[in-house]
Amino acid sequence: MKDPYETLGVNRSATDKEIKDAFKKLARKFHPDLHPDDKEAEGKFKDISAANDLLKDAEKRKRFDAGEIDASGAERPQERFYRDFADGPAYASHATQDGFANDEELQEFLARAFTDKGRRSQDTFRARGQDVSYVLPIGFLDVANGAARTITLPEGKALQVTIPEGAEDRQMLRLKEQGMPGFGGGPAGDAYVELHVEPHPFFIRKDDNIHVEVPVTLKEAALGARIEVPTVGGPVAVTVPKGSNTGNKLRLRDRGIRNRKSGQRGHQFITLKVVLPAAEEPELVAFLETWQPKTQQNPRKEMLP
Amino acid sequence: MMRVDELIESISTLQRSDLEAWIRDELITPGHEAGAPFFSDMECARVRLICTLHYELEIDAEALSVVLSLVDQLYDTRQRLLSLTAAIAVQDKNVQAAIIAAMAK
Repeated sequence: MKDPYETLGVNRSATDKEIKDAFKKLARKFHPDLHPDDKEAEGKFKDISAANDLLKDAEKRKRFDAGEIDASGAERPQERFYRDFADGPAYASHATQDGFANDEELQEFLARAFTDKGRRSQDTFRARGQDVSYVLPIGFLDVANGAARTITLPEGKALQVTIPEGAEDRQMLRLKEQGMPGFGGGPAGDAYVELHVEPHPFFIRKDDNIHVEVPVTLKEAALGARIEVPTVGGPVAVTVPKGSNTGNKLRLRDRGIRNRKSGQRGHQFITLKVVLPAAEEPELVAFLETWQPKTQQNPRKEMLP
Repeated sequence: MMRVDELIESISTLQRSDLEAWIRDELITPGHEAGAPFFSDMECARVRLICTLHYELEIDAEALSVVLSLVDQLYDTRQRLLSLTAAIAVQDKNVQAAIIAAMAK
């Protein structure tokens, strides 16, 4: 323990009144119950109280000055201050609030939140900005082939979004540090963009494969033909075999969606649909009226008893 | 927990008449058991505080009730602040950051 005269800031010849005044001044400044947020107050108050206990007692002071006792004889036992209770869960008799546990994390938060104006937030507190999330409606073909889009945020900021080839409906894209700005030099939050893929009028996606129904004329189906069909990558020529029928399937290898992981493209499956001529064809009608099929055909045979 | 005699015994400066006056003025509110008052650890700490204020810092009896009323308000406010911070402490880190940012303004 320090020299009691030094602790109270008085010299060795100080009068009782000088000692008392010195103690009063320091006690006002460091009493822990009056300065509950001062972490050092308790230790300091103990020291000045011990010094005062020793020096205010004329007999003890005399013995200390004569070197008969040392300052440690005046040390105080561990004392529980009022603030230890008043800030704790048992605080009820003088307060209207429900009590609850006091804990270090809270104290730290308090300190961060209430440090003085000049220091606070910018210098003492660093935090990541808030994450933000958006929904981006996107065309079927943009997803199939990949695309770049610019989202304009409500606050006017433009956000570049690269839609990866083969992205899926409801897929979430994370744009690192494109969210709200950070605090005190902390990094910005992330922006999350959820893709909502719009359905296509005739392409249907199943995993990496594309399914499409392609109409063919009676003549193309019956005689066979080389026709152009749409794919997600643009029109492709395909051969319709002679004698094709509605429901017949053709496969276009590697004309589907590129798999994001394997890099392999899916296929496009074409289902043919034979359509009769849209306009009147009197010659065809005349032919059919006289036509005698070689084989009798009943396509509803399986449907009827 | 202490009885009146034990409390007076434990604090050398404490005068019985003063303690009785403080109880009368409701600066201290002891519990009662079998007709005899007793002091919880917290009330004992409060008595020690009052003794320091009165005997050592020489705050007179009238000023004492003003000081204690302010001290009580201080600790009430601290309790509210602590419950508020406890509520904030369980929030998302982003929420905490937003609150601190708003307070910095």
